[in-house]
Amino acid sequence: MMGAPAAARGSGDGALVLDGITRRFGDYTAVDAVSVEVGPGELLALVGASGSGKTTTLRIAAGYETPDAGSVQLGGTDITQLPPAKRGFGMVFQHYALFPHMPVEENVAFGLEARGVNKATRLGRAREALAAVGLEGAGARAIQSLSGGEQQRVALARAMVIEPRALLLDEPLSNLDPTLRQTMRDDLRAMLHRVGVPALFVTHDQEDAFAIADRIALLKKGKLLQSGTPDDLYHRPASREVASFIGRGTIVPAVDRGDEATISIAGNEITIPVTRPAGARAPINQAYVVLRPDALQVGGNAEQRGWSGVVVNRRFAGGVVMYRMRLSDSVTVEVESRHHGLSEGDNARVTPGKGPFPLLA
Amino acid sequence: MGVSEESLVPAAARASAPRQSSRSRDAQRHTWLIAFPVIALLLWAVVYPNAAVVAGSFENGLGHWREFAASPADREALRTSLVISVASVFAALAIGVPLAFLLGRFEFPGRRVLRAVATLPAALPPLVGVIAFLFLYGESGVVTRALQRTLGMEEAPWRLKGVGAIVFVHAYTMYVYVFLFVSAGLERFDATLDEAASGLGAGMWQRLRRVTLPLLMPAVAGSMLLVFMNALGSFSAPYVFGGGLRVLSTQILASKTNGALGLAYVETTVLALSAVAGLILFRWLDRKRKFASTGKGGRTRRVIRSRRAQLAMSVLAAMVVIILVLPHLMVVLVSFARDGAWTTQVLPPEYTLENYRRLFSERELWKPIINSVSMAVVATAANVVVCFLAAYLIVFRKFTGRRLLELLLALPWAIPATAIALGLAATFNRNDPATLRILLVGTFWILPLAYFIRDTPLVASAVESSLRQMDPSLEDAARGLGGSWFLTMRRVIIPAARPGLVAGALLAAVTAVGEFVASVVLYTHANRPISLEILAQLRALAFGTAASYSVLLIVLVLLMTLAARSFEERLA
Repeated sequence: MMGAPAAARGSGDGALVLDGITRRFGDYTAVDAVSVEVGPGELLALVGASGSGKTTTLRIAAGYETPDAGSVQLGGTDITQLPPAKRGFGMVFQHYALFPHMPVEENVAFGLEARGVNKATRLGRAREALAAVGLEGAGARAIQSLSGGEQQRVALARAMVIEPRALLLDEPLSNLDPTLRQTMRDDLRAMLHRVGVPALFVTHDQEDAFAIADRIALLKKGKLLQSGTPDDLYHRPASREVASFIGRGTIVPAVDRGDEATISIAGNEITIPVTRPAGARAPINQAYVVLRPDALQVGGNAEQRGWSGVVVNRRFAGGVVMYRMRLSDSVTVEVESRHHGLSEGDNARVTPGKGPFPLLA
Repeated sequence: MGVSEESLVPAAARASAPRQSSRSRDAQRHTWLIAFPVIALLLWAVVYPNAAVVAGSFENGLGHWREFAASPADREALRTSLVISVASVFAALAIGVPLAFLLGRFEFPGRRVLRAVATLPAALPPLVGVIAFLFLYGESGVVTRALQRTLGMEEAPWRLKGVGAIVFVHAYTMYVYVFLFVSAGLERFDATLDEAASGLGAGMWQRLRRVTLPLLMPAVAGSMLLVFMNALGSFSAPYVFGGGLRVLSTQILASKTNGALGLAYVETTVLALSAVAGLILFRWLDRKRKFASTGKGGRTRRVIRSRRAQLAMSVLAAMVVIILVLPHLMVVLVSFARDGAWTTQVLPPEYTLENYRRLFSERELWKPIINSVSMAVVATAANVVVCFLAAYLIVFRKFTGRRLLELLLALPWAIPATAIALGLAATFNRNDPATLRILLVGTFWILPLAYFIRDTPLVASAVESSLRQMDPSLEDAARGLGGSWFLTMRRVIIPAARPGLVAGALLAAVTAVGEFVASVVLYTHANRPISLEILAQLRALAFGTAASYSVLLIVLVLLMTLAARSFEERLA
């Protein structure tokens, strides 16, 4: 993974801060006391299912919505009441919102036009911005003639050409086909880092978030469940909700033994090393452990240690095979393995890897 | 009325493609079996009469054309027609665009009421609107006299005459087109485009100028075209308020009445050509549009919060509502006025039910109502059958004559009603099977034919838009399951076309029952429709009777609308 450039590299402290944001629509609380901070040059992904309040949060950051409580700050200044036009943010909309009646370069130059930059200058800068996103010479083209990926780049160029104080992106990859999506992830990450301002983007796709973001804020039903690096969320989830949303895995009950925990499946007890949740010193009464597919191993019946199980599903995934193993009537786990030899219906043993495994309350 | 604003502009003016290609030779033969009679009928009823008019204008070489060119009256008529049309377009824009923005983008006390009455002027049959204006703003109208009394003036503060008066009436009746088109455009407008612009730093006016208005241009241009065509063909307003003013449509009737048929043909040709030129001009102006409306909409209206602004908006809304409702109220009021009693007073002095009693009891007065209703029924029935078949062919069949059929269906829309009527008068004035002429002038059938032609574009495009919403594979599926063509029609196609058929039939019936422009050219005493009886009563200064006919007409329109709605609801 690239170095996370969370350290300030912009002018002074230009961090974007959402402090205790709440937004209600009638009886419905779309965003409930959410606080996040994005440093200059940092990429923060707001992740959540639909209805989690992530888009409303983004719109509050952009100024299209006003929070009922809480504040939005940029570089220490309260901008909660500042209209979008005065914030100087670059926004990329989910469907890009490119002006269909303007050619590419006029779209990109629009923000400069709004700032009264003369035509020659703004078109020149629009072309530079287009070149920066890999669209040299596309300036005169009609929006309708662009592919989805090209439209996305134009939207990005349009947001960046105004030298924004922050970049906001609403599901920037959701309209791209899967292959394009893979390459755009890397490009997007590189381009956003180059701009060096706080970048906040919304996605429902955790793979996008893992691939692009420096940090992830996970939302559910308007509440912030956890924010941290992708590594934190995956390996040190704060709750079972986070663990079940992020990554694959099965959550099983366990007995808390400090740095270890004992899992009993079908009468077979195994003790494994665990990471305790932040701040949880005291033993947890009802503890759980997350069994990720990559933290388990599968072996033949000759294996002594481990839980015995049956392969209920085998899915080829390139270098590895994903086995779904039924260990008991109530526990089914997924195991990622380099061992290709098992078929559906085979008996096999599942053993935990080195760990440590996330322990949860 | 359940019709999208787009169906006011016929298909040929828009892009369209058949949904399915008929593959086999058998299917092709079947297509022609339906297409031939439809196309033949339209060629005979629409193209032939108009061609006859054009031919008639050249009956003694360029003689009639020279006569036209040399006549100061005709040159004035052409100029005035164009001036009125262009002025009407701008007047309608000036009212329709702000009103659409106001109702579409803002929330304020009184918005619902205003929205409810905003389309009311379109519900007035053309001639009724005109006489309502006469009662209100005419030299001896209520508003005029009230103002004159209050200000203690010797004479009326204005005269409802000339170009200004005509444009005034046009603005009132035709802004509705602009309002409907722009409202629909605003509803479809992708709100994120506006947000994107504001996020990029654009202020309100900049967004309006650079984003909102350019994207609304297709809707605005469409409505401008509609107003232009209507104003150019308008007859009632110039006829009643023109005074000495000449416009082409009234000039045609004058020439015909004076027996100068050759000149009337030239005038008709010039009027039709002006309309076609207008159509081409607008399509050319709109040519650059390559983008489609994104059609997501979803913008919430801005709530006006400031107390003062709320008050101002409510007062403004109330005033507009009164202005819009006043003509209707006035017609109702006058319908109770005793004929001959209303002379110099501000309001009619005596009220009575006598007008209505006579309307229903005297055979001679009852006759026009029977005439209008039966002629509207005949015309509408024909419209439903022919337009359904035509729309079916256009949407589902691919054949060589498809473009021609589209053009034939749109043609009556581009030709002013006066021109259509004169064409019918010139063609069906004698029996001559060799030239495909039959005698219809002077019979019952001439007016239903005229109504049928006028309403064909409306009904066809309503049905077409319904059929286009149907999944084309449904027909294949039905046929594939072994359904006969008739069964497929009855169980699949007609149900799909039904909303368009009902809406189209309603529009056709409403238009036909109050029709005036073609009727005034073609009517005889025996088959005179309500509109002409209104005019006759007005001429005889029987304002009360004229108004009670008008009320009856409005009630008829209302009843038909309710009937269509309940029919739709029962089936839907």
